[in-house]
Amino acid sequence: MAFLVPCPNCGERNVYEFRCAGEIVTRPNSDAPQSERTAYLYLRKNVAGEQREWWYHKLGCRKWFTAIRNTVTNEVTETAWPDETVA
Amino acid sequence: MVLQLFKKSQMWRKPDLKNRYEVVIIGGGVHGLSTAYHLGKLGLTDVAVIDKSYLGGGGSARSTAIIRANYLTPEGIPFFRESHKMYENLSQELDFNLLFNQMGRLDLGHTDSAVYWLNVRAGFNQLLGVNSRVIDPNEISELVPVLDLRKGKTMPVLAALYHPPAGVVRHDAVVYGYARAADRMGIELHPFTEVTGIIKSNGRVTGVQTNSGQISAGTVVSATAGWSSTISTMVDLDLPITTYPLQAFVTEPLKPFLDKTISSANLHAYAYQTDRGEVVIGGPVDPYPTYSQRATMNMLEDLSVFILKLLPILKPAKILRQWAGLCDMTPDYAPILGKVEGLDGFILNCGWGTWGFKAAPIAGKTVAELVATGQTPKLIQPFGLDRFENGRLINERAAATAAAIH
Ligand SMILES: Cc1cc2nc3c(=O)[nH]c(=O)nc-3n(C[C@H](O)[C@H](O)[C@H](O)COP(=O)(O)OP(=O)(O)OC[C@H]3O[C@@H](n4cnc5c(N)ncnc54)[C@H](O)[C@@H]3O)c2cc1C
Ligand SMILES: [Zn+2]
Repeated sequence: MAFLVPCPNCGERNVYEFRCAGEIVTRPNSDAPQSERTAYLYLRKNVAGEQREWWYHKLGCRKWFTAIRNTVTNEVTETAWPDETVA
Repeated sequence: MVLQLFKKSQMWRKPDLKNRYEVVIIGGGVHGLSTAYHLGKLGLTDVAVIDKSYLGGGGSARSTAIIRANYLTPEGIPFFRESHKMYENLSQELDFNLLFNQMGRLDLGHTDSAVYWLNVRAGFNQLLGVNSRVIDPNEISELVPVLDLRKGKTMPVLAALYHPPAGVVRHDAVVYGYARAADRMGIELHPFTEVTGIIKSNGRVTGVQTNSGQISAGTVVSATAGWSSTISTMVDLDLPITTYPLQAFVTEPLKPFLDKTISSANLHAYAYQTDRGEVVIGGPVDPYPTYSQRATMNMLEDLSVFILKLLPILKPAKILRQWAGLCDMTPDYAPILGKVEGLDGFILNCGWGTWGFKAAPIAGKTVAELVATGQTPKLIQPFGLDRFENGRLINERAAATAAAIH
């Protein structure tokens, strides 16, 4: 299902202008145990519902931002610049 | 006499849900049903298959059902080869015509690096007993005269991996065939029953919570493909899975002109003509993950552009239908099968992505053996969830249809 994504710079645009880079995962410290690094690299919540994710406006302003999107309805309820994003 | 004519003959019974089974299988798609059928063959018939919707209504209803074994890795090839062999005999075995049409398949290469990988695949295929070989544009033209070889254009066809035994199967017939056979062995099928929770005690899964009550079980198998993460989260398990939709569409019926399935990873499209004359067209998954199964105009346009580069003859054809199904994509384009460490009584049969329909016979058989004996059959040992922790990823990506964009 196609939908509109509100880019914090450009406003609402067709989702096909963007690249979705997936749910936000926190990078573990370099001394973290193997299991945490495996989780960071491969394991995902993949929720059916609201999740916070990375977006890139590749055919627009070419800026990265974060969004809260409902993965079932594709409604985007919030966007923010990376440094404003609360993890 | 008249009454007899109108008497409904049912494909399977509609028993009442009990509160205990030896095995509960979540998901009544091709994988859940194949697993049930094979449990029955092993003599385990105290089994219930539970689906929140109608049987085979998930990815299985939306599959383009291309069956092939021309994979890339030494783990993948024997697995898909065995499944392919089982498909060749499946209509007989299930006493149900699955219309398995072994029309053959061409994987097209348009760049040097693509052709290199086609050669690697042919080499591994031949070593491991799968019939495939790399052919040149002349032979391609003889097999598929309507194909535009794109001479003098961008992305010319340089070579193809020809896999003669590949075919297309009637996807809903496979689902119904397994369902009916499982039912006849005494296994219960419970569509429209949703699993809402998983019951755990002392690190062991002991049953499921459903919208029709609680069921206890010796073993719970999750065969929920695109919904796998929604089930695993019930036992606090994160999977290396992201759910993406895959779309496909068909044209109006045309005179027979194409009797191979053709696929191009470089041009992001694949196609074949059905027995009814419709041309089925597919490509890569959508560019963003979602649980929505609604098709999009953008994808219809993209896939049309891609396929017209190969089959310009389709330009005037009208489009009949378009649809989307959910795919449980894994990082290495290989399935996830088997036990979960630290969680007894719970078995995964997922990670089927865009490639799982062809694997249903062998996955059902091997997962059933695991459930029945507690031992993971050798053929599926490489596909355990622990491979991500151990850094033993499989990397079937180069053999996944039209996967290039993703
Ligand atoms: C457009 C498209 C084309 C494809 N083409 C090919 C192809 O050419 N070749 C190939 O090999 N593969 C192909 N695939 C992939 C293949 O179709 C799937 O991998 C396969 O059908 C998965 O089967 P399954 O039984 O694991 O899952 P599904 O058929 O998706 O079944 C999972 C079931 O779980 C049920 N479920 C989910 N949550 C719950 C719950 N909480 N409680 C109870 N039940 C639940 C769902 O209702 C669903 O019926 C394609 C897929 C798509 C979408
Ligand atoms: Zn923008």
